[in-house]
Amino acid sequence: MQKEYAVQMKDITKRFGGVRALTDVSLNVEKAEIHALIGENGAGKSTLMKILAGAYQKDEGQIFIGGKEAKITSPKDVINLGVSVIYQEFMLAPDLTVAENIFIDKLADSSMFINWKTLKRRAKEELIKLGFDDIDPEEKVGSLSVAYQQIVEICKCLARESKVLVFDEPTAVLTFSETQKLLSIIRNLKKNGVSIIYISHRLEELLEISDHITVLKDGKYVDTVVTSSINKEELVSLMVGREITQLFPERKAKIGKEILKVENLSAGNLVKDVSFSVKSGEVVGFSGLVGSGRTEAMRAIFGADKRKSGTVIYFGEEVNFKNPKEAINKGFGLLPEDRKKQGLLLEQSIRMNTTLASMFKIKKLGVINHKKEKEYVKELLASIATKYGSVEDNVNSLSGGNQQKIALAKWLSADCKCLVFDEPTRGVDVGAKTEIYKIINELASEGVGVIVISSEMSEIIGMCDRAIVMRQGAIAGEVDKSELTENNLIKLAMGV
Amino acid sequence: MANMELEYNKNLPKEKSKKFNLKQFLIDNNTYIILVLLIIISSMLSDTFLTSMNLTNIALQQAAPILVAIGMLFVIVTGGIDLSVGSVMTIGATVSAILISEMGANYLPAMIVAVLIGTIFGLFTGILVAYTGMQGFVASLATMTIARGVSFVLTEGRPVKLEAGTLDTIVSKEFFYPIIIIAIVLIVLFALVQKYTSWGRIIIAIGSNSTAVQLAGIRTKRYILSTYAVSAALAALAGVFIAARSSTGSATVGMGQELDAIAACVIGGASLAGGKGFVVKAVAGGLILGLIGNIMNLMAVPSYPQDIIKGFIIVAAVLLGILTSKSEKTV
Repeated sequence: MQKEYAVQMKDITKRFGGVRALTDVSLNVEKAEIHALIGENGAGKSTLMKILAGAYQKDEGQIFIGGKEAKITSPKDVINLGVSVIYQEFMLAPDLTVAENIFIDKLADSSMFINWKTLKRRAKEELIKLGFDDIDPEEKVGSLSVAYQQIVEICKCLARESKVLVFDEPTAVLTFSETQKLLSIIRNLKKNGVSIIYISHRLEELLEISDHITVLKDGKYVDTVVTSSINKEELVSLMVGREITQLFPERKAKIGKEILKVENLSAGNLVKDVSFSVKSGEVVGFSGLVGSGRTEAMRAIFGADKRKSGTVIYFGEEVNFKNPKEAINKGFGLLPEDRKKQGLLLEQSIRMNTTLASMFKIKKLGVINHKKEKEYVKELLASIATKYGSVEDNVNSLSGGNQQKIALAKWLSADCKCLVFDEPTRGVDVGAKTEIYKIINELASEGVGVIVISSEMSEIIGMCDRAIVMRQGAIAGEVDKSELTENNLIKLAMGV
Repeated sequence: MANMELEYNKNLPKEKSKKFNLKQFLIDNNTYIILVLLIIISSMLSDTFLTSMNLTNIALQQAAPILVAIGMLFVIVTGGIDLSVGSVMTIGATVSAILISEMGANYLPAMIVAVLIGTIFGLFTGILVAYTGMQGFVASLATMTIARGVSFVLTEGRPVKLEAGTLDTIVSKEFFYPIIIIAIVLIVLFALVQKYTSWGRIIIAIGSNSTAVQLAGIRTKRYILSTYAVSAALAALAGVFIAARSSTGSATVGMGQELDAIAACVIGGASLAGGKGFVVKAVAGGLILGLIGNIMNLMAVPSYPQDIIKGFIIVAAVLLGILTSKSEKTV
């Protein structure tokens, strides 16, 4: 018997100029199933989903929605066919209320006047259906947490009576407990007959939730497998086409003298009484829930935010960096967590981004030596296996993993002696992750003291010599290498 | 070293072949292409257009607005805007005229003092923008009123006459039209500054993402401040040029010059959101505006319809830029 498909994409090919982004890619999503789509960054997942969403036009191939061939020329066509995409960056208006956001595309269609009462009531109904009756329909979306904003986005799609929902990395910004909640919502949607296409880099999550997994690689279709028949290692080898024997490469660093000692640091409204130290050649993990004050503590040391009290001893000398420039001059660097908002100049060249924190190397009396710079950048990027066309290309032409490498290169180039990596592998694929870990190891073996802030516990366990766990702005405890387990970290992070 | 060379050849895809791509060429150079087309069309429309007298006239006329446009460009690439340039021009004009005709100063020191005083107004705007977080639009709007007010107070509302043989030296033929030479030198200088200095690079980086620049250890505030100072200095110099050409220092010059300067930048492909814009293209944008005025004068188009035509040409030029740069994003 022919299976019933909610979405069928057949032999899709897409070219950008002379470059083939997709070649004969197919995707078959059954009715009421959760279908995961995976592949390394640049494998073509986003392009495929943008074609489905009507943001790009396919060059070849066919798309069937609900069994009928769909002619998609604009995003509106797709929405009318019952397919909605929930992007990483939500399409919400932060200054409008929850109710207004949920029905935003209906506001324009209705008659001239809006019936606010009905709008509010129907928004409430949608929220209750998902089990979130604690969200007030009259609250401004901008004042909700990221997780709740995502719920509003889901409600918006369901209010359009979507039959197919595409989630693009929905859990990248969520905490552990929020993720669990989202996954149970997705399971419920499936029960109600909605088909889900789920894109994520978190393999555990995919294995837990999906029915089928389609793997893409380099713009080509690799395979579609039944989730229950595969394990993590097999999945990874499908994705990368080789086996990653070791996600966390081995480190041969010698741990030396203490280089950073922070005592009783307080900053902002969150960080209170934080004390810790880092030795040269050591990788110290900072674990904890999102919002536990890890980033804020590091920013205060770095001079990006003001500190209230406390002392920082750096190479035996008390320092109080008033701005990032003072910190960098002393060899203290910080890779910020959000590479798009804080790390990179997306619309500028790779060359310019790479040398932004180390212009002193390539300039004399304020004049930049372009030739020297170009050679320097090429050499540096080659040493960390970055893939790019030309150093003059804009950074936003690169895939996520390679963008992150440019952000890293900027700090490698600044010759830091102590470096904080805030979520260094967020939104980065497995292959690039391992490469980033290698870079961190290399730094440690050169004697750099490294601090890694990460919300992925496996990363803290795999990468760090010891971990410091923060909760509600204070240090909840410290875990030695020998005792680094998820269980110990969660206990400290949650305070149980 | 040779080994290193081999390394990248192995690991990296080759640099994109530098094949000539006509479409990309047209997109990248659309401002220059419009300028050349305009020159060709103008020379067909009027026989006097390509005469040396007319061309010299254009150069003398455009020296001031182009300097203002260059200053504006540096502010615009940081994501700011400077509405005060037209008024700061009056400072240049009136201060230099007063120093020369009422205080008997030589024209050269008078020019320098006028430019320095004009720069103070830029520092004022810049401090407000960089250190108090006031928006450039608002801060420069305030400076705009203050500067023109100061000029009116200085001149008591009357234009200050300049005698022959003083400031008009800088527009005289015997000295090969110094203002044209100064303008060309400054265009070249600032084009090089933008391309080759860390200052030029940092201000464009600030316009792209100022948080990232700050976190990379660059004190963005002083760079933002400096762009308003440069803009005011160039505006004051432009004011001196105008005073020299008209032999009067008047508090009414430069009305609406800020809008022409913004238009020049935008025609030259600059983005008001910051992070994009080139000195040479802004100069081309300024010349496009100037030539349109010139050819319409030569063809005796009355001045009010000229404004209407100019407005539509700005729309057309910017629209062309938008339409040609619209390309599909890659993944």
